[in-house]
Parts: sequence; structure tokens; C-alpha cells
Amino acid sequence: MRALLGDLASSLVVFLERLGAMTRFAGQVVAQLPAALLRPRLVVEQVYNTGALSLVIIMTCGLFVGMVLGLQGYELLQRFGSEESLGMGAALSLLKELGPVVTALLFAGRAGTALASELGLMRATDQLSAMEVMAVDPMRRVVVPRFLGGVIAMPLLTAVFIAVALYGVQLVGVQFLGVDQGQFWSQMRGAVEFEDVREGLVKGLTFGVACSLIAVFEGYNAQPTAEGVGRATTRTVVISAVVTLVLDYILTAIML
Amino acid sequence: MNPAGAGHAPPYAHADDVVTLRGVDYSVGGKAVFKGLDIAIRRGEVTAIMGPSGTGKTTLLRLITRQLRADAGTVIVDGRDVAGLDGNGLYELRRKIGMLFQNGALLTDLDVFENVAFPLREHTRLPERLVRNIVLTKLHAVGLRGAAGLMPQELSGGMARRVALARAIVMDPQILLYDEPFAGLDPISMGVVLRLIRSLNDALGISSIVVTHDVREISQIADGSYILSDGRVVASGTPGQLRDHGSPVVKQFMEGLADGPVSFHYPAPDYRRQLLDRSGVS
Amino acid sequence: MRQSRTIDISTGLFVLLGMTAILFLVTQITNREFSLRTDSYRLQAQFGNIGGLKAGAPVSMAGVTIGRVESIGYDMDLFKAVVTLRIDQRYDRIPNDSDAGILTAGLLGGQYVGITPGGSEETFKDGDRVEFVQDAIVLENLISKYLFSQAREQASGEAAPATQE
Repeated sequence: MRALLGDLASSLVVFLERLGAMTRFAGQVVAQLPAALLRPRLVVEQVYNTGALSLVIIMTCGLFVGMVLGLQGYELLQRFGSEESLGMGAALSLLKELGPVVTALLFAGRAGTALASELGLMRATDQLSAMEVMAVDPMRRVVVPRFLGGVIAMPLLTAVFIAVALYGVQLVGVQFLGVDQGQFWSQMRGAVEFEDVREGLVKGLTFGVACSLIAVFEGYNAQPTAEGVGRATTRTVVISAVVTLVLDYILTAIML
Repeated sequence: MNPAGAGHAPPYAHADDVVTLRGVDYSVGGKAVFKGLDIAIRRGEVTAIMGPSGTGKTTLLRLITRQLRADAGTVIVDGRDVAGLDGNGLYELRRKIGMLFQNGALLTDLDVFENVAFPLREHTRLPERLVRNIVLTKLHAVGLRGAAGLMPQELSGGMARRVALARAIVMDPQILLYDEPFAGLDPISMGVVLRLIRSLNDALGISSIVVTHDVREISQIADGSYILSDGRVVASGTPGQLRDHGSPVVKQFMEGLADGPVSFHYPAPDYRRQLLDRSGVS
Repeated sequence: MRQSRTIDISTGLFVLLGMTAILFLVTQITNREFSLRTDSYRLQAQFGNIGGLKAGAPVSMAGVTIGRVESIGYDMDLFKAVVTLRIDQRYDRIPNDSDAGILTAGLLGGQYVGITPGGSEETFKDGDRVEFVQDAIVLENLISKYLFSQAREQASGEAAPATQE
């Protein structure tokens, strides 16, 4: 029993230590933001790296999430005779929850791991140290552009995910299952407010900041070995997932 | 270095020594890496820093570039104490120093040309034509001008290291630091790197500090050397002086003896007892 | 260097796609009529009870949305709720004796302002006040009215037992 408590206590200490380290790191990143914006080429490359290269997986998953939503939603609503509300229900759930959260998880898996492993490898092969010796600040040259790239890409990816998913819902609901097209869209339009769209995009942006920060932090501070880089990549996905869901609850509570 | 020879008496420093360490202490995680380290590097010479594995030779280089800070003592580079340097001072310090890392540490997303051009692009606004000329000249000096379009992944170990060397000299530094430049190279590549270290040092009028434990190789080109052990200097002098050194530590190191002051056996309990005991390993 | 051109173009396309998606979401699936902002005029109406009417609720005639409730305030001198309506400029010939009532969409839906046209030759101008209003129907009032009228019928029924229902 005592051993268990001891483990718990030391885990808590480790957790606090990492939290502190990440906060300090975040401060350094923010401090270098203006400087990094002076090198738009680097940021553009990273937006490509995290965003454009994630498009395929985001759109594919978006389509299928939408199609499943259409299928499930139709089946459920049919029990109450309100199939025409399919558009409304799907749009609201995608905008407010499914869109931002699923996109964030996919982002962490594809782009987050890419960022973490790139930085981890740079750490392990002394590239970051070499930059320091060449009087180039690795934070400015390598870390912050990646962070910015992720932050810019996430809301855009979220929007694309939701849009494609809605197409999927429409495909299944209207084309396959026969929900009236007019009702589908008009009910949706009647129920969805601008605030709902804004809520989804705000969530997308927040998750983007969180997941990108976690990814670059883990990569930059990885142990300079093969296992270290692997560990950093795993941690990125796990921590990003947990933080995303926790933030999701907090944001939902605030915005409701 | 220290014509008087033997022992680890602090070599007397010259006024224009390019790097001086005085009484430097440094420890990591409670373990002392250096205790009262005294080193003086003569300007314009190739100086070797040698010693058994784990004596912190790479740490020494990091203290010179101030990527690490000494716990006590002073580190003076080109007349300036590195401890007191601010952002600008640090920047100038590192502009004067070029460093060759053990694995080359080339940036993997850039090709050879861009890797060598990297410091120029980051620190200067030279016109493209001039950048191109400088890069090609430096690549020519290391014999790899034809490899300018290759990616680091396509290079052999020796070639990667030579490209890294070209990058290290592209800004015409005053001091070149080499971290284990011969590790893992075939004899030919080793010969090439050896020749480059010496010729660059003389042609460019710089000072070179080579951290290595390839005694035979470095002895061919070093002007002076230090042997570190247990966080201190145990011997210094020209390679010839070290060969004739009386101390057992130096002798074991210079001749590559398997056993001596640095013992062959890791500390373990009595052999006979452990074999007969049969109850576990420790 | 040619590699970076591809990256630039691809990134540009990606950002364009993202922006388009956002635009689509904002305009195609929400119920904001963006045209309303530009050309519209204001009308005012004072209600004794607005029930559950909220700002942003539709204003309609014959079931067609012609405007929005812009703001709701309370006048401490008149002791009435003051509702400001924003009407699309296209509908500028509403008779100025028209009636504004607070109605409920469907059985349990949101509340909105319905305008029933009057017969006047003159029409509303920007800033006019709607004179004839119908307060929102509050369920409790309805129930008490019903009970009250039932009680009255009982009383008059007892007073004149010969009178048939």
C-alpha cells in the first residue's frame, strides 16, 4: 500500500515537473513568435508539412465519419419519425463536438508525431546543437515555425473535416436513404447559428495550439537516443489526446 | 606547451593563448566531470585533447562554446571570459568558432550545398553569386565540390564529415573544434581528415582543438596535446614528450595497454567465491 | 529551390480549401441572413409581456420572414417592454395601422413577432412605433382566465337556473 502511495506521489511530482517545463517552454515559444513571423518561408513550409500533408487523412476520415453519422442518425431518428431533422442533428454535433475533437486526434496522430519525431531526430543527431554553435537559435529557426504551422493548419483542417463530413451525411441520408433534400438543408439552416460555427472553429484553434505545443515540446526535449525519439512520439499522441478531451469539456462549459 | 615536461603542472599561459581554462569545475547530476581543470591552447596550433572514454572531452568543447557553463573557474576564449557574455557577446563568440560534430550533424532536409551555405544564409545577406562562390570554394577545399547536389542521406560517413568541415569553415572562424573526427572512419577517410585538419589549420591561420582518442593518428599532426583523466590534466606536451612520459596512466593510454591504472575488470566480488556460491549473480 | 515552389502552391491551395470550407459552413448552414444588415429600417413596439421573445428572433408577415428583432429593452416610465424590429428595406409598404403580435412557432417552438397588415393608406417609416400590439400569450394567464370564466359561468348559471347553456 505504501509503495502504491509512494508511486503515486512520485508520479505527481513528475507530472508537475513536466507541466512546469512545458509552461516555461511555451513562454519561450511565445517570446520568439514575432521573430519567427519574419521568416514567412519557414512558416509556410510548416503549414504545408502539418496541414496540406494531412488533408488526405482528414478528408477520408471526415467522409466516413459523416457517412456513419448519416446512417446512425437516420436509424435513430426514424424511431421517432423525425428523419428530416438528420441534417440539423448531424450539423450541430459535427460543428460543436465531433469535428474539432476528431480532427484534433487525427492531427495529433499524423502531424503531431511528424513534428515530434523530426525534432527528436534533430536532437539525437546533434543538429540542434550544431545550430547553437553556429549561433542560430534553434527555437527561432526550427521550433517556432513548426508550432505556428500547426496552429494555422488546425482550424482549416477542422473546417474541411466538417464540410466533408456534412457531404457524407448528405450522401447517405439524402442519396441513399431518401431523406428529403429540401428538409435536410432547411431544418439545418433553421437550427444552426453562427455561434455554433464559431464555437467549432474556436475549439479547432485551441486544440491546434495545444497539440502543436505538446508535439514540439516532446520532440525538442526527447532523449537523444532511438528509444528516446520513439518515446517522445508516443507521448505526443497520448498527451495530445487527453489534453484535447479535457480542453473540450472546459471549452464546452465556458461557451454554453 | 610545457617544455618542462611531465606531470599535470599547469602549463604556463601565454598572453595570446586562444583558449584558456583555469581551475574549471563542472559536474553533472552530482558526479564531478572536471575538478580544477587547467588548459592553455596556443594560437595557430593544432592541439589534441585525449583521454580514456568518458572523461568529458566533449563536455570540454561545450564549455568553450558556452553551451554549458562551468560551476567554478574561468573559461577565456580569444581574450574574453565567456561567463559574462550576453546575447550579442555569445553571438560573436560563436561566429569565431567552428565545430565539427562526431556525426557531422548535417541538416537532413537540406542538400550538401545548402548545408554549407546555411551559416551564410542565416548570418549574412550576401548576394547569391557570392554565396555560391564561397560554398563551392569551401567544398573544393575538402574535395567535395562535385557532391554539392547530394542529400546528407546519400553520403558516406567520411564524406558527411568532410561536408560538415566545409560548413564549419564557411564563415572563416578563428578556432576550429573537432569532436572525435576519426571515429568510425576507414583508413583512407581517416588519412583524408588528418590531412585536412593540418592543412586547413596552416592555410587559414587558425587554431584547432581536436578531441580524440586515436593516439596514433593525431600524434602525426598535433603540435601539442593534453591527456585528461579523472577530470584533470594528467599530462601535456608534444606527442613525442608524451610517448616518453613516465606516468603509468599516460603510458597505458599512449600504448593502448589493456590493463593498467584504468583497470580491465569492472569492480566485482571475489571470483572464486562467486563461482562457488551459486546463489545469484550479485 | 524549385521544390519550394511546389510547397508554396500546395500550401496556398490548402489554405484556400480551408477558407472555402469555413465560408461554406458560415453561410450555407446557418440561418443568418446577411443581406438584412445592409438595407433595413427600424420599427418600435411596446408590449406588456414579451413572453420568451429573444433578440434575433424573426419578424414575419404571413409566415414569411421580413426582418429580425434587433433589441429588447424595458421602459421604466411606461412599464412596458420596448422591442426594436429591423425590417428588410424590400418590405417598405406596411400599413401603419398593422398589428404586431408575439406568436409561437409550432406547439413548443421559439417565439417570433408576426405582423398582420391593417387597412391604412399610409405606411410605416423608419423609426415609427407600431400602435396595435398583442402581448405574448402566457400559459398561466390562460389557465387562470379559463378558471375565472368557468367560475363566472357557474355563478351566472346558479343565478338564472332557467337559462340554458
